[in-house]
Amino acid sequence: MSQEVFQYPGLNLGRAHPRTQSAAQTLIFGFWVFLMSDAILFAVVFATYVVHAHAGTSGAPGPKELYDMTSVFAQTMLLLASSFTFGMASLTLKYCHSRRRLVGWLVVTLLLGAAFIGLEVNDFVAMAAKGGLPERSGLLSAFWDLVPLHGLHVTVACIWMLCLFGQMARYGFDSRTKLGIMRLALFWHFLDIVWIAIFSVVYLGGLA
Amino acid sequence: MSTQAIVYDLIGRFTMHSLPFYNMLQDPTKEHLINGSIGGFAACVATGGLIIVVLGITYLRKWRYLWAEWFTSTDQKKIAIMYMVITVVMLARAIIEAILMRGQQAWGLGGGFLSPDHMAQLFTTHGTIMIFFMVMPFIAAVINYIMPLQIGARDVSFPVMNSVSLWLTAAGAILVMTSLVFGQFSTGGWFEYPPYTETTFLPGVGPDYWIWAVLLSGVASTMTGINFAVTILKERAPGMKLFRMPLFTWAALCTAIMMVFAMPALTVAAGQLALDRYLGFHFFTNGLGGNQMMFANEFWLFGHPEVYILIIPSFGIYSEVAATFSGKALFGYKSMVFAIMVIAIMSFTVWLHHFFTMGQNGTINAVFGIASMVIGIPTGVKIYDWMWTMFRGRVRFTTPLIYLISFIVLFVLGGMSGILLANPSVDYQVHNTLFLVAHFHNVIIPGVLFGLLAGYHYWFPKVFGYRLHEGWGRFSAFCWIFGFMAAFFPLYALGMMGLPRRTVAYALPIYQPWEMAAFGGALLIGLAVLSLFIQAWVSWRHRDENRVTAGDPWDGRSLEWACSAPPPEYNFAVIPTVTDRDAFTVAKEFGAAYLPPPKYFDITMPRNAAIGPLLGVFGFGLAFGLVWHIWWLASLCTLCTIVVTIARGFVRRTTKVIPATEVQAEHERWLATVRATPPVTRAVETRPANQGLADQTALRAAP
Repeated sequence: MSQEVFQYPGLNLGRAHPRTQSAAQTLIFGFWVFLMSDAILFAVVFATYVVHAHAGTSGAPGPKELYDMTSVFAQTMLLLASSFTFGMASLTLKYCHSRRRLVGWLVVTLLLGAAFIGLEVNDFVAMAAKGGLPERSGLLSAFWDLVPLHGLHVTVACIWMLCLFGQMARYGFDSRTKLGIMRLALFWHFLDIVWIAIFSVVYLGGLA
Repeated sequence: MSTQAIVYDLIGRFTMHSLPFYNMLQDPTKEHLINGSIGGFAACVATGGLIIVVLGITYLRKWRYLWAEWFTSTDQKKIAIMYMVITVVMLARAIIEAILMRGQQAWGLGGGFLSPDHMAQLFTTHGTIMIFFMVMPFIAAVINYIMPLQIGARDVSFPVMNSVSLWLTAAGAILVMTSLVFGQFSTGGWFEYPPYTETTFLPGVGPDYWIWAVLLSGVASTMTGINFAVTILKERAPGMKLFRMPLFTWAALCTAIMMVFAMPALTVAAGQLALDRYLGFHFFTNGLGGNQMMFANEFWLFGHPEVYILIIPSFGIYSEVAATFSGKALFGYKSMVFAIMVIAIMSFTVWLHHFFTMGQNGTINAVFGIASMVIGIPTGVKIYDWMWTMFRGRVRFTTPLIYLISFIVLFVLGGMSGILLANPSVDYQVHNTLFLVAHFHNVIIPGVLFGLLAGYHYWFPKVFGYRLHEGWGRFSAFCWIFGFMAAFFPLYALGMMGLPRRTVAYALPIYQPWEMAAFGGALLIGLAVLSLFIQAWVSWRHRDENRVTAGDPWDGRSLEWACSAPPPEYNFAVIPTVTDRDAFTVAKEFGAAYLPPPKYFDITMPRNAAIGPLLGVFGFGLAFGLVWHIWWLASLCTLCTIVVTIARGFVRRTTKVIPATEVQAEHERWLATVRATPPVTRAVETRPANQGLADQTALRAAP
């Protein structure tokens, strides 16, 4: 293990997957560069949120009336757990354990992700019912830009995983499927980190 | 459901008033007649041009050929040529708009001929097109073609994504062209500041055209940036260390990194403006906590790096041109590299100087003012490096070198006026006047455009296999240089005299002589563009006597000159091994150029992919549907985009293999051509005798 050479950032598939390993160098590196760009996208939206939150609620319902911390905490736990299960899936892939185990971990991840989206949508509906809609204030506009943008990313990630299941069914575990799983893993963990920032800045910051 | 509702569902908010000549027919006042005629004529040219192209292709039965050989191609060289087509079309339109605007201001004493609204559309489209749909495709074209050749690669890292970038850019460009025929473009300037661009003030389609065109182009540029950065970092030939890369490749790397980091800010700014306009959000509105300064910050957080994204590729081109046409290695290679890297980083620290007058306190202004001035230092390093490169070189005054020398003089002047503007207290006096317009055209035209034109003349023989006509090239270059000076130097004076930019009319007669001079300059620039077209035509007519199949017409120094002109699909029969900077010069000096490789191998290349043009079509449909509120079209195109993207994931046969025998046959045919080509000295390099093989004997004999 100690002799393993890292050929690209993140979890390397290693010698057990020679063909995928060589293709991964460029592809995974490229995906990291995309994540950097996406991180800037989120950073600018975060900046908008902070600026608009600073300006006050403009008479609309504010964070204290609208945010449901119990639900948000549950969402956070779901997402963190899903990152763990995806990590298990990546290790299963790397050490060539059984396919059923890999698919099992991925399915658990998908379910956790779907549960996260379900709770989040539920929160959005509750906020809307309390009058917390984006046309009420700049603060709410920024909220409805930032948090659903993350939710949209998670939704895309879930659809991506479904597509990968389709590719597995059609082609088995060929290089392209493995590379898809590896990139989705990076994307998934990245969205987890963004969520932690949302939890801290939007929810904890909003209640402070 | 009423008929009206059904019609709205079908064609959205389109009415007869959306056609450019409708008002003129309904209410033929003089103003409506003039503006309607200009708009109607432009619409006819756009529609007529489209019809002629479509009919022509159909008549020649070339659709299948175009689809199979060009539209779906993932070959970085063909993608580059298609980017060039976008550039040429958009340049022609934006230059005509510029001449119209200068004409309006020349006769603007007390009126002029354009309506204020028409004038506002002209400066908005002129800026939007020049930045997003002229220069950006131009640099994407040059980097796509040249950079992989310079680093000894077969293609970019992600050829299919490259094709998607191209077609999304094309979709954005077509959307801007569509605004000529249906509805009108925004009147909010290329940076589209709210709250003026909110629905309260501009409820029409204009700002929506801007938003979706810019978003398409922005997403495309982000992907282009990722692609170029990864290609340069991962696909270099063996031995091509970072500090052996040609300067143009360094410039491409800087540009790519800046694209990756700057483009998202534009995506957010335009996206939030769209949310405001479509869903009633309050990011930038006047009431309810909206904050217009947020847009200014977001936009220029992209916008300032963007001007360096535009100019750094040109810096790279000038470096190649200076070294090649002086017959010397580039002076101060490492200082050049550090200078562009410093510029790239600092470009993210100065955005606030675009709005010194918009309410920050003096300390913040001072910080950004000083940062802006400091950028002058690395730029100055580069200017000296280019001059030292020419110093004691055997300088040949070809067209690219004429552009280089005029650039050095004019760009320094433009930089000086920039240093003036970087001082906030000076900026307060001249902000929003023609002084500013003079300044940024003074850096963008000699800096960006002359550089790209130098690159066009320099690399054209590599791309198409024959040289451009030198006489027309020089004529055009001098028209550009003097046209630029006549058109923009008077604007400095006008700005100092207090004439605001974008003015449609003015009352002081003292402005008029300067405006007339500027109009004369604009006409000269028009002549310069016209002579570029004539040059292309003349060169094409005489292409057979100007062939440079051997591939090295200028005694080039980097690897792009080491293959045939035009290069084969796979660029190099065998990937070269690099031992030093100026790899091809080294090979020629040691007699290692044009040697047959010991063994040929099969080459794996990417297959064609339909996803690029498909996403272009659906991207355009989505944007058009959103602009006109044709919701069925927008939904349908979104669905198609998702389906096509998912389907692409299921494609497994993504590569093809070119057998070694085929590579060998093609390569040896070229080597035979090289052997049959008489080497020429630099004295005759612009004459037909130059068939693309440089005489090295003089070089070796020199002390």
